[in-house]
Amino acid sequence: MSMPDKKGHYGIYGGKFAPETLMPALAELEAAYLAARKDREFTAELEFYNREFIGRPTPLYFARRLTDHLGGAKIYLKREDLCHTGAHKINNSLAQVLLAKRMGKTRVVAETGAGQHGVATATAAAMFGLDCEVYMGTDDVARQSLNVFRMKLLGTVVRPVDLGSKTLKDAINEAMRDWITNVANTHYVLGTVFGPHPFPMMVRDFQSVIGREARKQIMKFEGKLPDAMIACVGGGSNAMGLFHEFLEEPSIKMYGVEAGGLGIERGKHAARFAGGSLGVLQGSKTFILQDQDGQIELTHSVSAGLDYAAVGPEHAFYHDSGRIEYTYAVDEEAMEAFDLLSRLEGIIPALESAHAVAYCLKLAPTLGKDKVVIVNLSGSGDKDVMQVAKIKGVEL
Amino acid sequence: MSRIKITFNRLKKKNETALIPYIMAGDPDLATTKTLILEMEKAGCDIIEIGAPFSDPLADGPTIQKAAIRSLQNHTSIADVLGLVADVRTTSKIPLILMTYYNLIFHYGEERFVNDAASAGLDGVILPDLPPEEATVLIPLAKKAGLDTIFLLAPTSTEDRIKLVCKVSQGFVYYVSLTGVTGARAGAVQSSIEESLKKIKAATDKPVAVGFGISTPAQASQIAHWGADGVIVGSALVKVIEEHVGTPELVVRAVEFARTLKQGVLAGHGN
Repeated sequence: MSMPDKKGHYGIYGGKFAPETLMPALAELEAAYLAARKDREFTAELEFYNREFIGRPTPLYFARRLTDHLGGAKIYLKREDLCHTGAHKINNSLAQVLLAKRMGKTRVVAETGAGQHGVATATAAAMFGLDCEVYMGTDDVARQSLNVFRMKLLGTVVRPVDLGSKTLKDAINEAMRDWITNVANTHYVLGTVFGPHPFPMMVRDFQSVIGREARKQIMKFEGKLPDAMIACVGGGSNAMGLFHEFLEEPSIKMYGVEAGGLGIERGKHAARFAGGSLGVLQGSKTFILQDQDGQIELTHSVSAGLDYAAVGPEHAFYHDSGRIEYTYAVDEEAMEAFDLLSRLEGIIPALESAHAVAYCLKLAPTLGKDKVVIVNLSGSGDKDVMQVAKIKGVEL
Repeated sequence: MSRIKITFNRLKKKNETALIPYIMAGDPDLATTKTLILEMEKAGCDIIEIGAPFSDPLADGPTIQKAAIRSLQNHTSIADVLGLVADVRTTSKIPLILMTYYNLIFHYGEERFVNDAASAGLDGVILPDLPPEEATVLIPLAKKAGLDTIFLLAPTSTEDRIKLVCKVSQGFVYYVSLTGVTGARAGAVQSSIEESLKKIKAATDKPVAVGFGISTPAQASQIAHWGADGVIVGSALVKVIEEHVGTPELVVRAVEFARTLKQGVLAGHGN
């Protein structure tokens, strides 16, 4: 099964719900991407930077102490936190900036929630010599001030967005408005498997390096495919990046973990499959959190990267087909997982990734010791240290 | 024949360009919106565009975003806006067009929407985030109900897209005058508009109305002079409303501004 279709649909999901001004740019982007994908020079260049700049392949690490502690399945961590800039986001940002350069664009814009995609895009833009502006909700600016400063050090202009929920959704609106205005010289580096076609497809393809590596690595260590995979799902790019390679392996169970926030009540979470319904937001038809009138609801999560009202359209498709099971972890569970992984494995996970670890804490003990689970450790918790200290009431 | 078509036909005979003001429904309340529509009609406006507020208006600049926020404080919904249309229809025949974002219509239900809109007396709908490619459900439903679906063209539109939009757009073709979001712009309008208008008019006999960034009578006059069948003014008018929220002058000031815009349009045509 090859998805999306020519118009960018994943079953009833996806599509290209964009203003007319962007329609030609989206067509141009799709053509440029499809040509680049087939061009050996482009793929070789991307492989070079993946290896020499990002540091790929990232390890697939056997978490022995966590495995022993839980007493069930063997747990492997796909160490995307060890990518340059500390998260999987750079896999996509670097590739898109390389593509933008190839398209003759001189400027890139991006949105960011936790700041990881903003930092990754700022990094790639610095390395390739493109101008970069990043939009970020003022709530996120406050809770991720370290990443804001990193972007500034990298020569990027950070534009705080003080509108709506003041988080990722509003940053995307502003980045799109910028793109609408400056489309002639600007490429919009969208950070997840969302937005109008071809973004969900292109971002998935750039992130699927995670799964391709994981397959080789697990075959080497275990001589067999894993029994289960777990990844957190905000827009869903790290999850799609790991899962995509294995979708047609029916023996592997896949779990996408959304942000349960303070619990599944209006405005207090970001679990689109638990509390959302079908709608259209920011270019894509998918599951969204909306009220009785179709207005987009406020969301909450301890993790800025998961704090978003919509989910990637391909995830919505696999939700319906049952191929991927979606669940959620609340803030408290994510915090416990954050602490536990730090103490047992010497790895401080991003709060986003801690949601995946939280579900692993539930799943692994229910599986036999002969079973194997891969958890996508999508990012490092270094960026979250100040916020976690604040939550714990520790003054630094 | 649709009220929009009748209006453009009537104006064409007089060699006149339509002035199409945009206001946000429920800004600051629905009663004011109703008064504004009726008074703007008296002031010579030809068609009224009514915005329905959406939480994430990604084609709009700050002025209309703020108007949406004011309107959403009262939870103005699609049902409320259709109620307003029905209310205006009891005394007025001026063509009314709803401009909003697709999710509100999708969530309301497309079939239910076109039927309720038609029975309320709405004449057309503009959804800036719904290109023709994604409107394959809405277009036939709207046609059946007698509701015009108006699509947009932009400076970036290719020849193929001009053909496509001219073919599917009903009522008129909406030309976005600049590469950007809605919002008043100072100074002269872009001279490329004249050429774009010629290109679009060569592709269709349907009326072409120009919007985005047009904010003064002089700019409106220039656009009319270049041969537009309609001139759409949104943010500049919404800004007048914003500046007078909570004062008794709101309606008078907004209507006065609309009147000067109409004068600009009249001065521009045929010169």
